[in-house]
Amino acid sequence: MSALAPAGALRGAAPVLRVLRQYGVYAALAVLFLAAVVLDAGFLSAGNVRIQLFQVAPTLLVALGMALVIGTEGIDLSVGAVIALAAAVIPLYIGWGLPVALLVAAGLGALSGLAGGAMVAFARVQPIVATLALMIGLRGVASLLNGASAKPVTDGTLLALGADAFAGVPLTAWLAAACVALTAVLVHRTTFGRQLVAVGDNRRAARLAGLPVRRVLLTVYLLSGVLAALAGALIVGHGAEADPANQGRNIELDAITAVVVGGTPLAGGSVRVLGTVAGALFMQLTTAVLTQHDVPGSLTKIVEAAVICVAVYASQERGTR
Amino acid sequence: MAQAERPGGPAGRPAPVLVATGIDKGFAGVHALRGVGLTLRPGRVHALVGENGAGKSTLIKVLTGVHRPDAGKLELGGSEREFRTPLEAQRAGIASIHQEVNLVPMMSVARNLHLGREPRRRGLLDLRRMNREAAEVLRRYGVDADVTRPLRELGLGAQQMVALARAAGVDAEVVVMDEPTSSLEPHEVDTLFAVVRDLTARGTAVVYVSHRMDELYALCQDVTVLRDGRGVHTGPLADLPRRELVGLMLGRTLVAARERPARHTPDADAPPALRARGLTVRHRVHGVGFDVHRGEVLGLGGLLGSGRSETAKAVVGALGADAGRVEVDGRELTRRSPAAAIRAGVVLLPEDRKAEGLLPGRSVRENIVLAALPRLSRAGIVSRARQDEVVERFVARLRIKAASPEQKVADLSGGNQQKVLLARWLCLAPKVLLLDEPTRGIDVGARAEVQALIDELAADGLGVLLVSSDAEELIAGSDRVLVLKDGTPVDELTGERVHADALLAALAHETRPPAGDGTNGAQR
Repeated sequence: MSALAPAGALRGAAPVLRVLRQYGVYAALAVLFLAAVVLDAGFLSAGNVRIQLFQVAPTLLVALGMALVIGTEGIDLSVGAVIALAAAVIPLYIGWGLPVALLVAAGLGALSGLAGGAMVAFARVQPIVATLALMIGLRGVASLLNGASAKPVTDGTLLALGADAFAGVPLTAWLAAACVALTAVLVHRTTFGRQLVAVGDNRRAARLAGLPVRRVLLTVYLLSGVLAALAGALIVGHGAEADPANQGRNIELDAITAVVVGGTPLAGGSVRVLGTVAGALFMQLTTAVLTQHDVPGSLTKIVEAAVICVAVYASQERGTR
Repeated sequence: MAQAERPGGPAGRPAPVLVATGIDKGFAGVHALRGVGLTLRPGRVHALVGENGAGKSTLIKVLTGVHRPDAGKLELGGSEREFRTPLEAQRAGIASIHQEVNLVPMMSVARNLHLGREPRRRGLLDLRRMNREAAEVLRRYGVDADVTRPLRELGLGAQQMVALARAAGVDAEVVVMDEPTSSLEPHEVDTLFAVVRDLTARGTAVVYVSHRMDELYALCQDVTVLRDGRGVHTGPLADLPRRELVGLMLGRTLVAARERPARHTPDADAPPALRARGLTVRHRVHGVGFDVHRGEVLGLGGLLGSGRSETAKAVVGALGADAGRVEVDGRELTRRSPAAAIRAGVVLLPEDRKAEGLLPGRSVRENIVLAALPRLSRAGIVSRARQDEVVERFVARLRIKAASPEQKVADLSGGNQQKVLLARWLCLAPKVLLLDEPTRGIDVGARAEVQALIDELAADGLGVLLVSSDAEELIAGSDRVLVLKDGTPVDELTGERVHADALLAALAHETRPPAGDGTNGAQR
């Protein structure tokens, strides 16, 4: 009988958790933003805001794809390696013009996504294993294509895409915003988006309801790959160099963090696009504020870890039922 | 065997080795067991029978230390015992083997056999002795395999034997077998029986859970019947005719015959809405065939494990069929997948609402429109207005009680959840509806509503296949009833024979199977 007591207590706490999961990330973002401004009015300067946006845009692009994959109860660890691959091929094809280079990079991202998606959908390999294999393999391919050293990139359009601004806001941020809007429409308004969350919520039920489960899985990994390749192009343009050995390293973890902090459950069945944006911004601001106030990097990491733990705990609704 | 203390009883009826009395066990307020007793005697096989949810598994788990009872006591060899863990029960001499083999598939056969009590030499595992002993032991169980290979390379039957050898090897006084033959080939079943008889000859008491009547009567001396968490009968099995046993398991005061007037006889010339021939799923279904006409409810009955659900699943391609053909309106379904079946107009309401039907995290609206999404979309964009229209229509028609269409489906009662799933299928305007246990786990009111709805749908011209473990529901709701046993049709009740007595007799398999004409006599 005593075993029932904690269960009852948990049930009592559930509404609080539900609200926390629903709106917690926005509240936390607002609080953090206010704190940053109060601590240092310079935080609001145009220069600083632009730096933050430059830094967050690629992570956000990757996180959008990651949110779709996680919505199907999957995960995509290969995104960092896809960025490296994009960075490796862009210098090779930029001579043909930027569109060709971008198409090649995006095509490779799509191919990688198809490979991961096929492993998950047809061979029923666990997503974490399938994409881990890709993560390792694609980094190898990237260094084969590029060699060990970084290469400078001088294409004017690509540099402009990575560094210029329109109406005071970086082009990369505009691009990210457009992708956010498209993803939101995709998730909430299209057949595909609704089928995606159904597959993540209950795959057996989705199959019995005649949903194209495999096609949905293939597509989410494909989208994730393309978005990662696009993020790779932005990173190359912003840095004016292609450095496959370092670019995109650990970005898969940043993206997963953004998605989870944004309230998308790792168990699938739900995709929170705006939450993901807020999650990415929150992690970016946390790091920025701590760094700007000379908190040592090691401590910053520990704070980030604590944020992730809180977010995962709050998103754990199914586990506690 | 540790049987030194077994006290001899009077005249061939030895004192019980294990006595359970007044066992109560509840989960989250639901009583799984209420005052159940069980007495096991050495050297005898005790059958434990009951339908789904009767409490068999819970009782076994109490005996084997997995669950602790809320009330009641266990006496082993005359002294009261309390098991806190399965290990304690094992040490006390209660071994168990389950439907699914609880061993380590990646470890070698020999290691599995000795798991937790490996022979050692100077502190290290004595591998040579382990392998030699394992091979010797397993040969006695009819398993002739390389014991150094991983367990998973063995067939399921052989794995089951390893589990049994392991269980019986722990000087067990009681061996609990939970549906041990469900995945065995016939010759493996023979070996298992031989092993069970060997065990009882050595004085072990065996608890045998199975839904296969033939096995029970071939192997068991005693029987305890559970129903809805209570023990309803216990005694020698030989004194209990099959039909009475089935009656005890199902237990309802049966409606003698259907009360509904006969429906119009379907057009004999028109092809049936659904025709299945020779459906075969390995181990589960063996050549089942039937016709369902428009406006007709075909009942599909059978005891637990008879292959009734598997048949329905094989029809829509949710379960890979090894053979057989399915025709809808005279046209063969060549691609076999749920999606293809739905396109052809055949839908299945699955038995396990939670695992196979609901999207627990989504709303009532999203659960209803799930399968209809492509039809409610233009160029991939779902129309919210058309969704709302469909949802509104079916919420009203099926009287689904929800605070709003946006309420999470997980928060609804079981009956309303079932109606949501029915709405998911009905909004596709199907030709054939396969209903697997449509009223399981829902309250009496919702049950009556669902049953009335089935009648109404058939009257509207749908072909309905009604799969049910509830004899009353089958009799009252079906025009004909096809009865399965061990995956094979054994009888078809038509006309006057759609009657409780005939159904019970068929379930107990007292009638001879109809002459095999390739359709298993399931045609009109």
